[in-house]
Amino acid sequence: MIQYVAIILFVLGLYGLLVNRNVIKMVISLNIMEIGLNLFIISIGFVYDGIAPIITSSAGTGALIYVDPLPQALVLTAIVIGVGTTALALAIAKSIHVKHNTFDLNEVEETV
Amino acid sequence: MTMFDIISLVIGVLLIVIAFLAINSKKLIKAVLFLSALSMLSVVAFVLMKAPDVAITEAVIGSGLVTSLFVFTLLSVRRGESK
Amino acid sequence: MKNLLALFGSLLLALGIILALSNNTLFPSFGEADLSDRVSDEYLTQDEIDALGSANIVTSIVVGYRGFDTLGEVTVLFISSLGVALLLGSSAKQKRLELNFKPNFMLRVGSRALFGFILLTGIYIILHGHLTPGGGFPGGTMIASSILLLYLADDQFRAKIKSFKILEGVSGSLYVIVGLLGLLLATYFMQNFLPVGTVGDLLSAGVIPIIYILIGLKVGSEISGIIDNFLTEEEAK
Repeated sequence: MIQYVAIILFVLGLYGLLVNRNVIKMVISLNIMEIGLNLFIISIGFVYDGIAPIITSSAGTGALIYVDPLPQALVLTAIVIGVGTTALALAIAKSIHVKHNTFDLNEVEETV
Repeated sequence: MTMFDIISLVIGVLLIVIAFLAINSKKLIKAVLFLSALSMLSVVAFVLMKAPDVAITEAVIGSGLVTSLFVFTLLSVRRGESK
Repeated sequence: MKNLLALFGSLLLALGIILALSNNTLFPSFGEADLSDRVSDEYLTQDEIDALGSANIVTSIVVGYRGFDTLGEVTVLFISSLGVALLLGSSAKQKRLELNFKPNFMLRVGSRALFGFILLTGIYIILHGHLTPGGGFPGGTMIASSILLLYLADDQFRAKIKSFKILEGVSGSLYVIVGLLGLLLATYFMQNFLPVGTVGDLLSAGVIPIIYILIGLKVGSEISGIIDNFLTEEEAK
């Protein structure tokens, strides 16, 4: 169920990126895509009746079933990189507004 | 239908509805607040899938940092209405 | 017309992904993942856990087995902070952004009490990264959140950005130096060269707490620099 929701979130974010012409709305759609993607990657490693991958007692790992810890490590990196991307995109949006006085990309004239 | 299925169904429907509202709202500040709510609901989904590291990271970053960056960008311009 | 085309294309993509991933022998269905034919099976054996000494297996993957990817992530954060400083900073004198609302005296004084608690929680999460969930990245962001609280509650507050920049540069370089020390004192880059204690102690897991402290300081000062760049403008002549 969560995997279907993650795919739908990803495609909703892509649709928002294609339709909107306001820069802030495009950055918001990019963030929605990233949330959907992180949900999907973690749902790959999920095991029913598994426990979180932290050693809590000294009983050894003989009879315990853990969820997969490798996708969680990758998603940890991906979330922090998403913050960096969003900060830089918002700085670019602010510079666009200072120069052209609008956020709408249809009104920004290109001078190539 | 175990408890896990019921909670994941409710969270899933809420996620899709709030994402749709965030893309299609007219005012920009409403879209930013819907994105913040989406982040918080995804933290619940991460805890449901037994990933506490990722849940703590997403909670701190989604609530404090990304929302405040958006609000600072919207505050420093005088008109922020979308078409 | 373009909206309809975008909607049709997105629905087609969603349908394509769902059809390609269902009834596939290479992609297990939700919750039925078999861990014995994945590489994580090597990370979860008792010998490997005792060899690295950390109780949090995600930490031992992020800093121990995949430590080079974390170095790349720290580089990406550094590049984004550099880009924000280039776009929004200037060499002229800067003052705080002029906004319409002014916080009152109670907010300004009361927030300084809360600042200590948030800072303490962040330092706790960084130091116990190898025992409980958390680590350097959420702890560093929590330290930056405490600075954000001071920026929001006080109208004229500016942190000492010069010392933050020096701290960020020093901790980033120390991360690479610790990796090079692993190359000199042991066999390969970023190998654990300090003694590994028993699993579950505070002073265990060799070089992993040290790397997490450096990452936490670097992330915290970087994000504080980003927030300061967003909230200042040039002083009008």
